[in-house]
Amino acid sequence: MAVSEPGEATGVIDDATDKARSGGRPSSSAFSTPRGIRLAGRYALLGLVTFIVLFPVYTTIVASLKPGNRVLQNPLVPNAFTLDIFREAWTEGRLGRFILNSLVVAVVVTVCQVATSVMSGYAFAMLDFPGRGVLFMVFLATLLVPLEATLVVNRRTIDSLGWLNSYQGLAAPFLATAFGTFLLRQVFLGFPDELRDAARIDGAGHTRFLWHVALPVVRPTVGALALFSFLSSWNQYLWPNLITTESDMNTVQSGLRSLRYSTLDKPNLLMAGTVIAAVPIFAALLVFQRQLVRGLTAGAVKG
Amino acid sequence: MPAAVALLAPSTLVLVLFVLYPLGKAVVLGQQRCNVQGRNCVSNGWDQYVDTFMSAEFQHALWVTVKFALITVPLGLVFGVGLAVLADKHLRGISVFRAIFSSTVATSVAVSSLMWLFLLQPEVGALSNVGWLSDLFPVVKSPGLLRDPGTALTSVAMSSVWASLGFTFILVTAGLQGIPAELYEAAAIDGATGTRRFRHVTLPMLGPTLLFVLIVLTTRAFQTYGEIDLLTSGGPKPHDSTMTLTYLTYGQESIIRGNAGLQAATAVLLFVVLLGLSLLQLRGIGKRVHYGGK
Repeated sequence: MAVSEPGEATGVIDDATDKARSGGRPSSSAFSTPRGIRLAGRYALLGLVTFIVLFPVYTTIVASLKPGNRVLQNPLVPNAFTLDIFREAWTEGRLGRFILNSLVVAVVVTVCQVATSVMSGYAFAMLDFPGRGVLFMVFLATLLVPLEATLVVNRRTIDSLGWLNSYQGLAAPFLATAFGTFLLRQVFLGFPDELRDAARIDGAGHTRFLWHVALPVVRPTVGALALFSFLSSWNQYLWPNLITTESDMNTVQSGLRSLRYSTLDKPNLLMAGTVIAAVPIFAALLVFQRQLVRGLTAGAVKG
Repeated sequence: MPAAVALLAPSTLVLVLFVLYPLGKAVVLGQQRCNVQGRNCVSNGWDQYVDTFMSAEFQHALWVTVKFALITVPLGLVFGVGLAVLADKHLRGISVFRAIFSSTVATSVAVSSLMWLFLLQPEVGALSNVGWLSDLFPVVKSPGLLRDPGTALTSVAMSSVWASLGFTFILVTAGLQGIPAELYEAAAIDGATGTRRFRHVTLPMLGPTLLFVLIVLTTRAFQTYGEIDLLTSGGPKPHDSTMTLTYLTYGQESIIRGNAGLQAATAVLLFVVLLGLSLLQLRGIGKRVHYGGK
């Protein structure tokens, strides 16, 4: 007893100085204090929630790595391993081709959406012309029209243009966006007048001003919009299903749909295909996290 | 003026051709009857809209869609806020948890639905081959959660809630980080406990974010298509337990497939329903939301 007392005392002192130093944050040795128990509880809760959130991902990956005869035995336990299924999914599911298609469409849509949004956002913010208010209201009104209300007729339009099963058919309806226009207009509105005046005095027209002065300044917004456009295009599901009848022109999403029906008794093949389809976007989002958050919250704040 | 025309022409052209024209054309098409190819449409009278709206199929699909929204929106909000509050602490390794919680934002509707398809489907699915689970809940094995009329819609809803977790988490986390720390300090000095701080500081300050998330989740629920298409095809038949409005309009198993007039009519009605809904939400809740000193 006599020995342990000083030890306890220093422990308390250590704990107190530690708290003072780290601004009240608990030290790692504090798991026995009430605060420490709360901390342990929070980590336990975080772990539990992580398990629940990742559970579908886990079963998918486990299934994709198992040979066909083992996939349904103990489906939650990774007790067999092969990479053959990935190879098979890649070739049989033709996912390389579909990823290429999705990439082409998404890049075209992104580049065009950014370009048209910058141009129209700039015009609404910086130029004065008759009918500006009305036209802007028209742009805003298109935001109220859900995609699903237009696709019946859009399919007929694309059909009559002879664009079924083509890149231009997949991309055409999405080459401009009122959301992007609105976003860029907001940024251009916050632009200091002095900058514009200085450029005008230097003899810069709209094109030069837009390209050399305005665009570099609004780059963060453009980045967020670009990521947002790319993601929405890549994730389109209904539209490619409506206008794609030839397997060659499937996007990743409509390709996954046909894989679902061609692999009814091969769940491991379907799951391998799903993993392959998910990886590019997952990797892209790891790189562009910041732009993603900015893009998603752009609608929420600064309304 | 020439500059304005040049700058605005591309956007205007696309929006008119692929948003405004199709909406107007759909309104006209919605009162027409067409042949099997969807051509040679002739007027069938404007009461086709009334007939469509009053039809058992539309009413059923509307009710299914409303039920779907009533499950997914509150659960999505509660889980999203729960996750965000849970991860809104300066703990060691918290960024790993945040990355995991946002991760479902990277899954497309096809990817997330197929993951859940494997999880839920009977015979060749994961859960139905876990012995103790299907002993405990026989429905998992036969007829299967997606094929039982009682569980199909809820199961699809779970997949949908899971898929939107990342989105809600990211938005609510951004909202939480926008709340000034002084507010919490003041509340702590006033002796407010954790629960009271959450109710009287966190929730009101999150108001605008939550309103935005609420509108997005509701709109998404009313537009749900991919989950239904991949998980249930509107079934199980004959109850059509998961026949949502969007699936009724576009689905391969839909009763109006190939009937361009009725497809246009349901699409227009879906638009009207969504429009009414967002106006209602903005009016009703907008007044009670705190916009932080603006």
